[in-house]
Amino acid sequence: MDLSAISPTLLIAALMVAATPIILAAIGELIVEKAGVLNLGVEGMMITGAICGFAIAVESGSPLLGFIAAAVGGAVLSLLFGVLTQYFLSNQVATGLGLTLFGLGLSALMGQGYIGIRPPTTSKVDIPVLSEIPVLGPILFNQDLVVYFALLLVVATWAVLKFSRAGLILRAVGENHDAAHALGYKVVRVRLMAIMFGGACAGLGGAYLSLARVPQWTEGMTAGAGWIALAIVVFGAWRPFRVLLGAYLFGGVTVLQLNLQAAGANIPVEYLSMSPYLITIAVLVIMSSGKAKAALNAPACLGRQFHASS
Amino acid sequence: MKRRSLLAAGAAALALATGGGFADGHEKTKVGFIYVGPIGDGGWTYQHDQGRLAVEAEYGDKVETIFQESVPEGADAERAITQMALQGADIIFTTSFGYMDQTNSVAAKFPDVKFEHATGFKREHPNVATYDARFYEGRAVIGTIAGHMTETNKIGYIASFPIPEVIQGINAAYLHAAKVNPDVEMVVTWVYTWFDPAKEADAARAMIGQGVDVIMQHTDSTAPQAAALEANNEGGRVFTFGQASDMASFAPAPRIASIIDDWSPYYIKRVGQVIAGTWEQGASWGGMPEGEVVIGEITEVVPAEVKAEAEAMIAAITDGTYHPFTGPINKQDGTPWLAEGEVADDGTLAGMSFYVEGITGEIPN
Repeated sequence: MDLSAISPTLLIAALMVAATPIILAAIGELIVEKAGVLNLGVEGMMITGAICGFAIAVESGSPLLGFIAAAVGGAVLSLLFGVLTQYFLSNQVATGLGLTLFGLGLSALMGQGYIGIRPPTTSKVDIPVLSEIPVLGPILFNQDLVVYFALLLVVATWAVLKFSRAGLILRAVGENHDAAHALGYKVVRVRLMAIMFGGACAGLGGAYLSLARVPQWTEGMTAGAGWIALAIVVFGAWRPFRVLLGAYLFGGVTVLQLNLQAAGANIPVEYLSMSPYLITIAVLVIMSSGKAKAALNAPACLGRQFHASS
Repeated sequence: MKRRSLLAAGAAALALATGGGFADGHEKTKVGFIYVGPIGDGGWTYQHDQGRLAVEAEYGDKVETIFQESVPEGADAERAITQMALQGADIIFTTSFGYMDQTNSVAAKFPDVKFEHATGFKREHPNVATYDARFYEGRAVIGTIAGHMTETNKIGYIASFPIPEVIQGINAAYLHAAKVNPDVEMVVTWVYTWFDPAKEADAARAMIGQGVDVIMQHTDSTAPQAAALEANNEGGRVFTFGQASDMASFAPAPRIASIIDDWSPYYIKRVGQVIAGTWEQGASWGGMPEGEVVIGEITEVVPAEVKAEAEAMIAAITDGTYHPFTGPINKQDGTPWLAEGEVADDGTLAGMSFYVEGITGEIPN
C-alpha cells in the first residue's frame, strides 16, 4: 500500500467537483420540499438538463449558454410536474416518478445526435496569484465557476429561508398551506415557483455532469445522482448546510475510496464501495437524531395536496 | 346476463384470434433483446444493438425485433424477460452476466421460447443456451501495446464486477504487458457498475492522479476516455483503449486502439436456426477466429514496431497458433497453474477466480 501516492490537495479538489451536481440538485429539491411539494422527478430533470445544456453548449460553443439552457430545460420539465400536481391535483409521488421516467426517455431522444461529441471545455477560473498558493490554491482558487456558484447558492438559500420575507412565506406554505391561504398568500403560485426553481437547479446539476465532470453526453449518464440528492435532503433534515455537508461527504468518500483502491489500500473493496452510502447516511442520521429533530424539521404539508376549496 | 355473454363471446373471439395467430406459426419470427444499459452508451449495449440491426438487415421481413434498454441486473430483470416472453418473442437474448438466474427461471416457464444468455454459464433447461466472446484475446493484444506505451510503468484497469470474464481480462492484459515490460504494475480499481459515466471518470482521474498513464476499462461508457483527454489537455500523457465499441471519436489519442465486440455473426446464425427450426442448446465462445472480437484501428501514436508486434499477435491468435494463456504461468500465490507450453482449458478460464503471479491486491468476493 502506498498512501503517499494520494495527494490530499487533488483529493479535496476532486471531491468538490464530484459533489457539485448533487449539491445543486439537492438544494433545489430542498426549496421544493420546504414549499410542501415532494418532487421525485429530480433524476429526470437532471438528465434533461444534462442534454439541454450539452446540446446548446455544442451548438453555440459557449458553456455558459449551455448552463442557462440546462436551467431553462429543467424548469420547463418541472413545470409539467407543477401543472399536473398543483392544478390537476395528481398524486405527487406517482407524477414525480413519471417525470423521472419521462425525463430519461426524452433526454435519450434529444441526445440522439450528440453521442460521441466533445463539448466546449468549461474553463476553470484561474486566479493568477491565489491559485499558486501551495495547498489552498488548487482547492479554493482553481475550480470552475459552477463549483463556486453551487456554494453561493447554498449560502443564499440558507439566508433567504432564514432571514427574508420570501423565505418565511415559502416555509408557511410548506408548513400549513391552509393558514397561508387564509392569510392571502397564493399557495399554488408559490409552489409553482419553488418547483421551477428546483427544476432549474436539477438541470444545472445535470449540465455540470455532461459539460464539466464527465464531460460528454451518454444516455442515462446521471446514473442515480438524482436519487442521491433526494436522500441527502431527507437525511440532511431539510437544512442547507447539512445538505452541503452530506453532498461533500458523499462526493468525498466516493473519490477517496477510488483513490484508496488505486493506491492498493488493504481494505476489502466491498467495504470501500459501500462506504459513501453508509458514511453519508450514518453521519447525517446521527446529526439529525435526538429529540426527534428530523421529524420536526420535515415540512408539515410535505406531499399533501392543496385546493382552495378544501 | 346479456353483457356477460357478450364479454364471454369477445374473450372467445380473442382467444381464437390469438390461437389462430400462433397456429400458422407467427408471420414473423420475433427476436427479443434485454439490454443492461442504454443503446446509446457507445460501448457494450451499443454493440449488442448493432447485432440486432444486423439481424434485421439479414432477414428483413422474416423477423421482427424488440428490445428493452437499461434493465437492472437482479430481480427486476425477471419481470422484463417474462414480459418479453409474453409479448410472443420466439428467441430472447439477455445480454448481461447478471441476468443469469433470471434467464433460467423464466426459461422454465416458457419451454417453447429460446433463451440465449450472454457471458453466463448456467444452462438449466434445454431451451437455454449461453454465448460469450473471448475478450481476453483482445486484452492480450492491448496489454502488449500498453506495456510498450507506459512510461510510469503503471497500467490502470477500471474493473466492473469480480466475475471470471473481468478477471480473465485483467490477467491477460497483465501477462502480456509484463512480457514486454517486466517492471509494469497493474492498478485495478473496482467500480461495481457496468455503466456510470461519472464514477468511471472519477476512477480514471484517481488513477491518473497517482501516476497511471495507460488506462484500460471493463465498463461501458466513454467517460474514462474523456477524463484522459482532459488530463492530456492539461499537459498529461495518458492513453486509453476503446472498450466493447471502437470509441473512435477519441482517436488518435488518448484512444490508441480498441477491442470491438461484434455480435452480429452469432446473432445472425442463431436467429437463422430459429427460423429454420434447427436451434439447439449450446455454449458458444467465439473469439478472433470467428470475428466476434476485433481490434480497432491502432493509431499513429503507437510506434510502428509496436503496432507490427500487436498485429502479429492478432494474426497468431486468429489462425490458432497462439493462445494468450500459454504456460509457464503461476497463480498469484506462486503455485504453478500452467506448465511450459501448456494451454489453459476453457473450463478453468470460464470459472477464473484468481490473479496470475505479479498482480498485487486481492479479488473481492
